[in-house]
Amino acid sequence: MFKDLFHKKKYATIPSKNTKRDIPEGLMNKCPKCGTIQFSKELEKNLKVCPSCGHHFRMSAWERIQLIVDDGQLEEFDARMVSEDPLEFPGYAAKLEQQKKNSGLLDGVITGQGAIGGFPVILAVMSFDFFSGSMGSVVGEKITRAIETAMDRDLPLLIFSTSGGARMQESILSLMQMAKTSAALAKFQSAGGLYISVLTDPTMGGVSASFAMLGDYNLAEPAALVGFAGRIVIEQTIRQKLPDNFQTAEFNMQHGQIDKVVHRKELKQMLTKLLDMHTVREDAVHGG
Amino acid sequence: MAGELQFEKPLNELRQKIDELKRFGQERGIDFADEIARLELRYKSMEDELYDELSPAQKMHLARHQQRPTSLDLIQHIFTDFIELHGDRLFADDLAIVGGLAKLNGVPVTVIGHQRGKDTKDNIARFFGSPHPEGFRKALRLMQQANKFNRPIITLIDTKGAYPGNTAEERGQSEAIARNLREMAIFGVPIVCVVIGEGGSGGALALGVGNRVLMLENAIYSVISPNGAASILWKDASKADQAAEAMKITAKDLLEFGIIEEIVPEPQGGAHRDVVAQAESLKDAIWRHIQELTVMTPEQLTLDRYEKFRKIGTFSTLEDPAETADLQAPQSVNG
Ligand SMILES: [Zn+2]
Repeated sequence: MFKDLFHKKKYATIPSKNTKRDIPEGLMNKCPKCGTIQFSKELEKNLKVCPSCGHHFRMSAWERIQLIVDDGQLEEFDARMVSEDPLEFPGYAAKLEQQKKNSGLLDGVITGQGAIGGFPVILAVMSFDFFSGSMGSVVGEKITRAIETAMDRDLPLLIFSTSGGARMQESILSLMQMAKTSAALAKFQSAGGLYISVLTDPTMGGVSASFAMLGDYNLAEPAALVGFAGRIVIEQTIRQKLPDNFQTAEFNMQHGQIDKVVHRKELKQMLTKLLDMHTVREDAVHGG
Repeated sequence: MAGELQFEKPLNELRQKIDELKRFGQERGIDFADEIARLELRYKSMEDELYDELSPAQKMHLARHQQRPTSLDLIQHIFTDFIELHGDRLFADDLAIVGGLAKLNGVPVTVIGHQRGKDTKDNIARFFGSPHPEGFRKALRLMQQANKFNRPIITLIDTKGAYPGNTAEERGQSEAIARNLREMAIFGVPIVCVVIGEGGSGGALALGVGNRVLMLENAIYSVISPNGAASILWKDASKADQAAEAMKITAKDLLEFGIIEEIVPEPQGGAHRDVVAQAESLKDAIWRHIQELTVMTPEQLTLDRYEKFRKIGTFSTLEDPAETADLQAPQSVNG
């Protein structure tokens, strides 16, 4: 039906390669998978899933929170934590400012307490639109504090990951955030804490190789890229063409790395079900 | 000269000159003693000057030196009764990681290290010291064994990084690394880690969650290889030397950041100049830390390790809400 709508406008007939500059910024979206052009508002109503082919567009942290958390209500933690430039790395300070401006965020993750289907949970939601979701000290610290809060408050933990990997500009400090977050999870999980990891497009490198793969349950959105090394690096190393579905959520499920691929429209329901499975009800325990 | 690094060239040229002069004097029966003594003095001062203040890039080249002692070289000199153990019990034996039982001053320990090859053939068999998931899982198995039998764990870190390949991805490279990070955090035995060469990325850290982390003087440790950083930042992998400077990868930098506890000095010119002496000083350092840690209870050891990593990171908090006024979250993005 959207195609009919566009037929009257000139966009539909433009070869897909050249359409970008002809689409009014912000008003229209073109699906990178099937090329369908649609109104941004329509796309958002459809949870940023292409109505033609089901492609899941990336969501920012606050869009994700609106989608998943009851009434979009979040008691945010550490809202004003910002990165420093400990290495005085060339260009880092300026790039941080530019990323803040472009994304409206102060760093790559939002953390807090909210409810999902009525179940209170601690959430950490990453945002790819800030510095490609890279993990520096702030991302590592906020996630670690979120894990510790989940432990203190005896609540389930949910992390929505999306990241290009480590933040190079913080070098070794960035690498150590992998150990810090994983150590916090070790404590939380060995004390019986429930951690559900939702891997969204893309989750790579140091984030994939730390907290993102350590869920008691690892869920992923359809076609989300999840892996350690990037496709280009691998192709350069092995000098072979990789399959089209390489490192997709489906590929990862097929190879035993994630529990389930869940469509965005069913994600909240799935999370609610999982949370419910871990809730002992007073009226049910003495059943027999 | 075999294994010569670019920055050592002037020094080696002077050495050649001295040798030639000696030979010439012998052949012709001429006494060049004064001249030779003068040149030897100059050589010594040149050598001191060169190796005293190595740049990060020069250290990187020493850390990657083809003759630099590998894990197996150091294990042979530091420990006795080494029994190598193989395999992850799931898929294969990854030769990029070696490990097993050994005695350190008579005390049974578990020792694990990345293993580079000694020549091309060996390097191919060992994937140049870049592990697949089965390597990390072998390491985990050996560490769990150590934890069960209450043996200290010593790891030697020397890798450019985890193997970047389709087979590694299929078998869960990310999960294997992540699991090691989580499990190492809660072992109740002493863990001492030493970066002996190159510590590259998650593949290095997967053996690196220790109560104490030491580095050899010229070793490097970073989130991504300087070559990789250069190709991402400046689209030019040949600018690795420049990236090495910017990324603060030396033992001295990491000591200042509080990431490592100690720098183990190297023989002048690098560990490969005197492997036995290097092994001896490293053994002393490892033994000292093991002794300090052995008096702690399992709970204290876990807490000590947790606190070490928990405090790593630099960040600040904006005080004035006005500073973030224009960065408030949108109330609704769907509306
Ligand atoms: Zn589409």
